[in-house]
Amino acid sequence: MGNVLNIVLQRLALGLLTLLIVSIVIFIAVNMLPGDFAELILGQGATPEAVKTIREDLGLDQSLISRYFGWLGGMLTGDLGTSFAQLNFQTNLGGDGGVTVVEQIAPRFANTMFLAMVTAAIAVPIAVIVGILAALYRNTVFDRVANIFTLSSISSPEFFMAYVLILFLAVLNPILPSLSNIYQGMEFSDRLVKSLLPALTLTLVVTAHMMRMTRAAIINLLASPYIEMARLKGMSPMRVIVKHALPNALAPIINVIALNLAYLITGVVVVEVVFVYPGIGQLFVDSVKIRDIPVVQACCLIFAAAYILLNLTADILSILSNPRLRHPK
Amino acid sequence: MLHGISRRGLMKTGAAAGVLSMTGMPLKAATMGGKLTAGLGGANTSDSWDSRTHSDIFMIASAHGTVFDCLTEVAADGSLTGELAESWEASSDAKTWTFNLRSGVKFHNGKAFGADDVIASLQMHIGEDSKSAAKPIVEAIAEMKKMSDTQVVFTLASGNADFPYLMSDYHICMYPAGMIEEAIQKGIGTGLYAVESFDPGVRMVANRVKDHYKGDSAGFFDQVEYIAINDNTARMNALMTGQVDTINRIDFKTEALLKANPALRIQEVTGNQHYSFPMLTDQSPFSDVNVRKALKYGVNRQELVDKVLLGHGAVGNDTPIGPANQYYNDEMDQLAYDPDKSKFYLKQAGLDSIDIDLSASNAAFEGAVDAAQLMQASMNGTGINLNVVQEPADGYWSNVWLKKGFCACYWSGRATEDWMFATAYEAGVPWNDSQWDEKDSARFQSLLLSARAELDSDTRQAQYFEMQEILRDEGGTLIPMFANYVQAVNNRISSPDQIGNLWQMDNARMAERWSVA
Repeated sequence: MGNVLNIVLQRLALGLLTLLIVSIVIFIAVNMLPGDFAELILGQGATPEAVKTIREDLGLDQSLISRYFGWLGGMLTGDLGTSFAQLNFQTNLGGDGGVTVVEQIAPRFANTMFLAMVTAAIAVPIAVIVGILAALYRNTVFDRVANIFTLSSISSPEFFMAYVLILFLAVLNPILPSLSNIYQGMEFSDRLVKSLLPALTLTLVVTAHMMRMTRAAIINLLASPYIEMARLKGMSPMRVIVKHALPNALAPIINVIALNLAYLITGVVVVEVVFVYPGIGQLFVDSVKIRDIPVVQACCLIFAAAYILLNLTADILSILSNPRLRHPK
Repeated sequence: MLHGISRRGLMKTGAAAGVLSMTGMPLKAATMGGKLTAGLGGANTSDSWDSRTHSDIFMIASAHGTVFDCLTEVAADGSLTGELAESWEASSDAKTWTFNLRSGVKFHNGKAFGADDVIASLQMHIGEDSKSAAKPIVEAIAEMKKMSDTQVVFTLASGNADFPYLMSDYHICMYPAGMIEEAIQKGIGTGLYAVESFDPGVRMVANRVKDHYKGDSAGFFDQVEYIAINDNTARMNALMTGQVDTINRIDFKTEALLKANPALRIQEVTGNQHYSFPMLTDQSPFSDVNVRKALKYGVNRQELVDKVLLGHGAVGNDTPIGPANQYYNDEMDQLAYDPDKSKFYLKQAGLDSIDIDLSASNAAFEGAVDAAQLMQASMNGTGINLNVVQEPADGYWSNVWLKKGFCACYWSGRATEDWMFATAYEAGVPWNDSQWDEKDSARFQSLLLSARAELDSDTRQAQYFEMQEILRDEGGTLIPMFANYVQAVNNRISSPDQIGNLWQMDNARMAERWSVA
């Protein structure tokens, strides 16, 4: 087990380094975009004086390097700062305090996690079961249909799948709402119904990858001598696969599932916009639009951290699922 | 006597305004109760209840149209009625204005509304580092004096006959004095609906206030919910699937689908919103009025309305005064597309041909680049070689507008002539995007000042009509088209026959004026 702990610590350290690099890249990238917060928030009313006032209020007149280290310093003490929009609002008001980035992101992130979990609850069982069945009945009509269907849904852009689902499930047959405007204090069942269309869209997008990996990993093992042995013992094909092949195929499957879960958190931007789902993706888009760097940075760090942590989890789980890695000689 | 009251007469006799606001109630009884759900674009995560920062429909409809009140209100027919002010009166030089406030009005937190609130709310907009868009309006007030709890006297630095109109501006909402900060955090106003929940950039819900001073003459819903839907397609979907009752800014490309749905109707009004192409008249070649005239005649305006607005608009006559203004000059001749005249004026300028750069970006307005290219084509053969420069959308307003000699621009227009002119056509003002001043027309600038303080409406009309003619003939801004406000409503919601054209969504007041069918 000491081995696993070592890997975890090593990975976490590398993860922190990755986050640091990500934050530098994002900071530079957002600053390279034309226009800054002051100009964009003022729009047509961007007179030089007004722009100057806002820049001074927000510290945008300082150099890039001192702004970055100011932000990094706050970050290391656990303070992600306050969004420019909020700061600007407070200087208008003459007060201070107010909503910090963390408070702003927390409810949005919870919504995104909810959507990711609903999607995972639908997509993972479907992907694994269909994958197993496709391996079992490989090269049959079922296998072909499953492959064609999942491959064509992953190959279409998300917004297209979203509109196709809206057309069939909301416009032509009004079963589900096309508007996923969930809010705090909503009943769980309402929340679930409202989140169903975006969850189905995401399911279509992520299923193919997981299902095909399940199928491939199992088929790969079916040629192994111990599977042949199991068959010769007279076991049913289903039992051979579930009992003997699947446990050994778990490592790659878990890997792909973790990658797709990370995608559910970071890749939902388009889906959230189409369904007006108030998640972190929409907040991210809004913030990039007005160059609200503290919020953009925080969102990116969350995205990056989700990838790093889920990848780490995948690695640990594949180590634990493989006795040879669990007990290295 | 009520029949004799024109909107102009109303300006002078404030007392009558009070009478009108008492009697000017909808004739047919509206159904009370029910809920209005609107899907509105123009929302931001940076939205707040601070009316000084409002600039787009979501917050204007939420604050100005639902939760807060102003002193005065522009009715759907364009006339001015009292909202928190009952009546008003001007001195003969239009410098001193006495406002009598409605008594017995309460904020949503129970505080009584009075003169102190008016003064405190107006003071929010001034101060050295104020970023309020209404700063110029309020700065013109030299002194505010509380005469009693229900009377305030404003002394202006110089006479302004439009002052009561300016008090209807959506930036100038009334907040409770002494607790303005709290009111901005929570949204505490005197409006028909009190905030139940507000999630910036996501959603706003408000419930009808019991025993409101507007009684049962307005605010017919029990509850209103505004959902932020910035994505065009998502907004159309929400309306088509019946999840919202109404949406703003419909997408013209899919308008046919809405029309085909018998449960929906489309509302379309031409207001003051216009798309313009300002030229810097202090720079060559635009300093020559003949070059400006050559450009004016070289534009096929109808083609722009047909192709850029897909018919949802009206041709402009190079003046920013539109049908929602009271002194809109609809008698003067329309500038026509005439390549020969264009060529003639270019000759007058001593030129056979000229190369002109036109900067455009869809940040100015949707379709600005197409419009620029259509203009380029329509000027073929006039000797004007228009070179369309496509500018980046980001930073357009800071880097291109007011800086490039000839560029695309848009204005939502203003409720009064003076307000519009004072914003963009008065010598020396920061947004004067054509640098239009005495060098171009001393007559225009002097008319602007005298019309401002003129209380006699006939004289005023003559002055504003002449100013519009000057702009049409010599002005430095090409205004080829006025863009309609187009929105769609489900038939389960009824709206009055006449809806406001000053702003989208019945002047953003659908919560006040519409009801369940």
